[in-house]
Amino acid sequence: MLIKLTQMRPGQAGLVADIRGGRGINTRLENMGIRRGRRILKVSSYFGLGPQMVEVDKMRVAIGFGMAERIFVEVSG
Amino acid sequence: MTLKKILLMGNPNVGKSALFSRLTGAKVMISNYPGCTVEFSQGEMKVDGERPVVIDVPGTYSLAPTCKAEEVAVKMLGEGDVVINVVDATNLERNLCLTLQLLDSGKPVIVALNMWDDTKHRGIYIDTKKLEELLGVPVVPTSGLSGTGVKELIQRIHEAKAQQTRHTQDEIWEKIGKITANVQKLTHRHHTLLDRLEDWSVYPFSRWIIAAAVVIGSFWFIRFAGEGMISLVFDPLFEGVWLPLMEKLSIFLGANSVLHQILIGTLENGSIDFGNSLGLLTTGLYVPIAMVFPYVFSFYFLLGLLEDLGYLPRLAVLADNFMHRLGLHGYAVIPFMLGLGCNVPGALALRILEERREKFIAATLMAVSVPCMAQTAVIIGLVGQRGMTYLLLVFLILFTIMMIEGVILNAAVKGESPEILLEIPPYRMPRFGTTVKKLWMRMSAFFTEALPIVFLGIFIVNLLHSLKVLDVLGLIFRPVITGLWGLPAEMVPALLVGLLRKDVAVGMLGGLGLDNGQLVTGAVILAIYFPCLATFFVLYREMGKADMLKITLIMIATVTAVGTLLNMLF
Repeated sequence: MLIKLTQMRPGQAGLVADIRGGRGINTRLENMGIRRGRRILKVSSYFGLGPQMVEVDKMRVAIGFGMAERIFVEVSG
Repeated sequence: MTLKKILLMGNPNVGKSALFSRLTGAKVMISNYPGCTVEFSQGEMKVDGERPVVIDVPGTYSLAPTCKAEEVAVKMLGEGDVVINVVDATNLERNLCLTLQLLDSGKPVIVALNMWDDTKHRGIYIDTKKLEELLGVPVVPTSGLSGTGVKELIQRIHEAKAQQTRHTQDEIWEKIGKITANVQKLTHRHHTLLDRLEDWSVYPFSRWIIAAAVVIGSFWFIRFAGEGMISLVFDPLFEGVWLPLMEKLSIFLGANSVLHQILIGTLENGSIDFGNSLGLLTTGLYVPIAMVFPYVFSFYFLLGLLEDLGYLPRLAVLADNFMHRLGLHGYAVIPFMLGLGCNVPGALALRILEERREKFIAATLMAVSVPCMAQTAVIIGLVGQRGMTYLLLVFLILFTIMMIEGVILNAAVKGESPEILLEIPPYRMPRFGTTVKKLWMRMSAFFTEALPIVFLGIFIVNLLHSLKVLDVLGLIFRPVITGLWGLPAEMVPALLVGLLRKDVAVGMLGGLGLDNGQLVTGAVILAIYFPCLATFFVLYREMGKADMLKITLIMIATVTAVGTLLNMLF
């Protein structure tokens, strides 16, 4: 099932399927190790339209809500 | 190959500065958050009788820069003879991206596999020999914090090799996948107390409890430690030891002599007033040492611990939502936190913000409403005497100004606030040596930079006073100071000194016989009317002429309006 990163539940993991954004966003996310095919774990999300905390390769990254809306993740079930 | 310039390059927060400090013996700031180094530092090291220059380059994720600090890094690559690529061994995969880009650049590279000491308890095993084979350049396991492997790194620096590889970005990731599959083994790791604390700092509810504990605990600690040092050490020292000496000197010099005016200053009711006499040996020493130093010391002790632990990025994420309303994102918390110590490093730290718009907003908000610790210390000392309510009122007003101005700027300046994208480093237990060294650097900077300017400020006011310039300025500014703000025109000298040192300026309010409302108004005005010149020039350099003119106009408008409003309220 393909859902946005912002729709994932805390503790849920999946594979990054698509990043719908310009070159700039793709580069910056890639710098953090977030790119197509990577396993991504949602750790928690922050109040309201706050940042999404994820874990990639044992590293934690905070992603602003708007940017997280552009990241699509393939999750099971 | 002759070695003249060695560059230390790597991702943010991989320990470049710690390694730099080990290689050169130079003292630099080390913290546990990405973007601690915004300006490069350089020092010399010894390699086989040669003395090449080593440059600690700000961290960059790739050679395609996305912010100012990264631009600096990429620009510097051209100048180096050898690159020591500092790689976080606990995060090999992501770090290798820059490594391969550096190899593509054709510069001779040697890899320092840093944070090596951390790999063991994190359950990471790396075959360095194999990694060396696959990369084709030397790989040395190191730890900047403990010093592991630094000697070997120096010995092998001449083995650094240039590669003539060319990769597209996709090929780079493909190659990295192969390399890590070959050299890295991950095993189960035991959860430590720090790991648990990491989770608590980001999970709902517990993160707020931790944040509240940190913020309230910090206020409590700074106040308690600052006051304690003053009442136990500095007041007894100045009142019991220094005052009798100064009284003798005062009699010896004669109250009307020029030297008395310069060294002791003006007597208040026939006796020395450390806060207001404005002599070099009285106010000039008392304000920075006995009023300001204890608080600055406590503040930086605590900030150092939080920096080294790695709490600041977590606070930034927590503040993100709120900061968006001010047109910023959460990471602007870092320059503001540093600004609470001293606005100068705060202004430099603005470089970690990516876009011009947010830099402009953050610079304006900092210049207007982030008081430095020196100023805060004197506000605590002076306004605190009138009661806790007034003290809190000053900071509440400053915070309100910040919010209102942020909301206005967010609406008025074209563009949107950018999204936060921030690596959250693992917590690391602060090391006693590192924390003490950093505190020592900051304290010696305080004394070497603050004391001369305190003296200069006091000297200039005395000079202008004797030349009657102050009287003229008082007449000119009376309509604003008295008419709008309801303060005595004798505030002019304080406003002048405030351009050099805010702490001395606030202290001078003590001699004006202000009532409670006036004192609050005066303290707020001194905080917001203009940053000290040192901060102003750094901001000018960072922001440019046009933006600085805008910021200055905003400051003048703000202080006029706020002063008038407070006068009407109190």
